[in-house]
Amino acid sequence: MPIHLEIVTAERVVLSDDVDMINAPTKDGRVGILPRHAPLLTILEVGELDIVKDGVTTPFAISGGFMEVLPHRVTILADTAERAEEIDEARAEAARRAAEQRIAERKSAQDLALAEAELRRALVQLKVAQLKKIKRERE
Amino acid sequence: MPSTREIRRRIRSVKNLAQITRAMEMVSASKMRRAQRNVLATRPYADRLLDVMGELTGRAVGMRRGTLLEVRPVVKGVALIVVTPDRGLAGSLVANVLRRASRFILDEQEKKHAVEVLAIGKKGRDFMVRTRQNLVAEVTKLGDYPRLTDILGIATHVINGFLSGRYDEVYVLYSQFVNTLVQRPTIKRLLPIDPPHEPAERMVDYTYEPSQEEVLRELLPRFVEVQLYQAVLEAIASEHSARMVAMRNATDNAKELQRDLTLSYNKTRQANITKEVSEIASGAAALAEM
Repeated sequence: MPIHLEIVTAERVVLSDDVDMINAPTKDGRVGILPRHAPLLTILEVGELDIVKDGVTTPFAISGGFMEVLPHRVTILADTAERAEEIDEARAEAARRAAEQRIAERKSAQDLALAEAELRRALVQLKVAQLKKIKRERE
Repeated sequence: MPSTREIRRRIRSVKNLAQITRAMEMVSASKMRRAQRNVLATRPYADRLLDVMGELTGRAVGMRRGTLLEVRPVVKGVALIVVTPDRGLAGSLVANVLRRASRFILDEQEKKHAVEVLAIGKKGRDFMVRTRQNLVAEVTKLGDYPRLTDILGIATHVINGFLSGRYDEVYVLYSQFVNTLVQRPTIKRLLPIDPPHEPAERMVDYTYEPSQEEVLRELLPRFVEVQLYQAVLEAIASEHSARMVAMRNATDNAKELQRDLTLSYNKTRQANITKEVSEIASGAAALAEM
């Protein structure tokens, strides 16, 4: 029996589908969810969320949120969640450069923390976009 | 009596006006539908968040202090977020919201609460500046389809303000979308958060990672953000429906004016013809007598 996965953000329902496995970036490291997992409520970090269905892995770039796990139902409340094809690579690249610049300037501790968070988000977006490209080339 | 040429010119300009207001009505109608859809799209997230919150706050009554749930016995500082459109031509919508804002501020000041105002939208901002209220932050030009990130600045400001003790209560004032014809100015308390009632039958024993406290601490700000976001989206749906109705009235009025003008144009034209005919007739009669 598969897991019913829902990924929702404040703006829309990103995905609602039956999947075989979920691999999510939590605060304490990556967690793999298979059917019949014990109930779990956990905080998600900025990172790559992989879902596996029929042997195909689909990556999403997420920027934090929550995951609620029940034996056959998983809900992900994400701050943002994007599929590879939705990511604007040029913009992610620009965001990465802007964040690196801000880190180099080191204006204040708060600014540094914000810039680092932005950099992490941009890097995840770029990575997810890249994964999609590699897969397309193989096909 | 104005000449026929003058009346013709007025008819033409009224006709153009009606065309413009008719176009604005249709634009607002389509924007309103999209705005309504956007409001509905936030529901799944907000509802799930509420469920999880109910689960947590039900068990964790003891750990409210120092969180966004803390109800303070003595209120000193109050923040009011006023959501208005950037543009006018929306009937009495803006005036209704601002009247409610003034009353709220006066009531709070009477209770000796220090009120700080945050404005989302140009109309509210301008009003607060004009009436010399204590305006501490503003966001304008959100457009018709704002993203959640557009309001995070304001949300973060009030959350930090609440946690640091600058605000003991935070409210948001926006026009609630009741239906196409009715938009009601509404004040909603954002902070402290009203904890939802725990769902009675749900008794799942979750493992919390890293811990219950930490999950709750991460959850609460998101709830404030999504509530503020929903208020902004509803205000936008209200704005477009109010403008749609205002423009429909304007179109109807223009059509009526056009009818009146056409009538007086025909009367004037008829009077002129009659005058000319009688002039010619009397001229001919005078010639015949000679």
